[in-house]
Amino acid sequence: MQNVFPMRQILDTEGKIVEGQIPPELSDEKLKHLYRWMFRLRVYDALSIKLNRQGRLGFYAPLGGQEACQIGAAAALRKTDWIFPSYRDLGASMYHGWPIAGTYKWSRGQIDGMKIPEDVNLFPPQIIIAQQTIHAAGAGWKFRLKNEDHVALTFFGDGATSEGDFHEGLNFAAVMKAQTIFFNQNNGYAISVPLEQQTNSETIAQKAIAYGMKGIRIDGNDIFAVYQTVSEAAERARRGEGPTLIEAITYRLGPHSMSGDDPTRYRPQTEEEEWKEGKDPVKRFRLYLEAQGLWSQEWEAELEKEMKAEISAAINEVQRAPIGEVDELMEFVFEEMPADLKKQQEEVRSWKGAAE
Amino acid sequence: MAMMTMIQAINDAMRVEMERDENIIVLGEDVGVNGGVFRATDGLQKQFGKDRVFDTPLAESGIVGTAVAMAALGMRPIAEVQFGGFVYECMDQICTQAARLRFRTGGRFQVPMVIRTPYGGGAKTPEMHADSFEAYFMHTPGIKVVFPSTPYDAKGLLIAAIRDNDPVLFYENMPLYRSVRQEVPEEAYVVPIGKANVVKEGADVTVIAYGNMVRLSEQAIAQVEKERGVTVELIDLRTISPLDMDTIFDSVDKTGRVVVVHEAIRTGGVGAEIIARINEERILKLEAPCVRVTAPDTPYPPALVEDKWLPSKGRIVAGIKKVLDF
Repeated sequence: MQNVFPMRQILDTEGKIVEGQIPPELSDEKLKHLYRWMFRLRVYDALSIKLNRQGRLGFYAPLGGQEACQIGAAAALRKTDWIFPSYRDLGASMYHGWPIAGTYKWSRGQIDGMKIPEDVNLFPPQIIIAQQTIHAAGAGWKFRLKNEDHVALTFFGDGATSEGDFHEGLNFAAVMKAQTIFFNQNNGYAISVPLEQQTNSETIAQKAIAYGMKGIRIDGNDIFAVYQTVSEAAERARRGEGPTLIEAITYRLGPHSMSGDDPTRYRPQTEEEEWKEGKDPVKRFRLYLEAQGLWSQEWEAELEKEMKAEISAAINEVQRAPIGEVDELMEFVFEEMPADLKKQQEEVRSWKGAAE
Repeated sequence: MAMMTMIQAINDAMRVEMERDENIIVLGEDVGVNGGVFRATDGLQKQFGKDRVFDTPLAESGIVGTAVAMAALGMRPIAEVQFGGFVYECMDQICTQAARLRFRTGGRFQVPMVIRTPYGGGAKTPEMHADSFEAYFMHTPGIKVVFPSTPYDAKGLLIAAIRDNDPVLFYENMPLYRSVRQEVPEEAYVVPIGKANVVKEGADVTVIAYGNMVRLSEQAIAQVEKERGVTVELIDLRTISPLDMDTIFDSVDKTGRVVVVHEAIRTGGVGAEIIARINEERILKLEAPCVRVTAPDTPYPPALVEDKWLPSKGRIVAGIKKVLDF
């Protein structure tokens, strides 16, 4: 199946255009914009891990190594398109418009962290694996029904492809000709379980055949392959030609989450080194830009300084912000608070002091 | 006015609402060409077309999950889960997604969708069809749970559910689908969700029921009233989440004796919740311990045993006498 679904690569690991491939038509400004964002995620990831270890952040699922997937895919969309992310996709979510401070409130568990700004077309990070694939199918179906020119893109990992909901989501999308893109970040492991124990299929892309949809396998650490493939899938969807399953091969350089996961228990150090040194998405893009005269040490230093300042401002703002009160929670369970919940709200207010 | 069965009233509710609002769509297994296995959606696809009424793939999680996203993005889907026993297939989409999306987005999104599902004993269905799983959803904040017991209520409650901006689980009792005819207005009207109905006033005992148990309780009450010369108040809950405790408390204040009847099993059920709330707020009004007449705590039994397993008129009579004789 690997020959039926060869891995599409445009930018090789040395930062050179693969022979016979044409990079997407992007202005110098856009190229720098993409790099800036990938680099911002690299800084965000490193600092978020640090903040988590300091106890200043809560749940965090490292995204380092997957920057090309998240930025390439999100950048190929319009702001009017919808993204249905999982918890590892804060990078794409920020690119689409969720402020850093918002992601930190969400991570820490402050009540207003649940609220993504109204003008950002983003669902909240999905925790239950693969449920968002069905939501993306529903959204893409709705866009077709209402003749809306939008696309729904959902991110999910390799483990998600084992879930029943993945099957239901892809099947529905294909049958209903939904304007949906299923973007699989195949990073090789679902926490500790490797892909070969997850599926007996040689590739994830080939699963598209069973659903009668377009499937494609790409180098997920190649920003050009990701951007180009998602752009094409979005165009197809907007033309009413149905959904696409994209398998993007990538690697999570860090642990699954910051809650005690130790990757040395389940994957060889040499493998991590190989991905970190040889296949890194940021490094590869930097080499390309450098050869084009679009990258300099000074610019990167500036970007780093800028992102560190933004993160520092964000975490300070978030830590100063109120975490929220239990009685507020009752306000958005239903549109109108039922009488008994109102009663419980009054009871909660009477706890003051006693709850500590 | 027209004489309608409950199934006709349900069909009519969807029809009049779909005529009003083109964002209302119907989706589910066999709901299109076939009009639903019980014919609840009969004629809707013909009237509103294949872009409003969908025969979906056979996948409950897919049906409910796609509806969740569509509802969040402005549609008003009515999803059918073919039998109540199948809700486990879409439990996750109902409980962690539909019911929680408003909450988990701090109120940004709402999920105005209805999940209609037939349930209820007495129809001799195969395993996993007739079960009454409502307690799970009463235990799930963010979703309303509705049980019509008459054709009139079915139409008005379904219209209310369709217009509600929160997800509503709409339970349709199979034996009630065609067993009762009633005058039902042809135009749209609303029976409010969250408001119980005092079917019959009485002074000595309060019987609280919903769905098909309302009808059975009426028969039991008639017998006890005749035998004992008492009067029994009958409350049809109509909605089990949120519960209309005001109506229940008013009745308890009057009678001091309570029997809760449901065909769901006993433990952790609707009766348990109601009685707990009565204990919390009306314990001194009680003249007798509250009684539950329910199915026993086993999985739903094979068809030929169901009549012995479900609450019967005789068991409700015994329950009422128990609180009278305490």
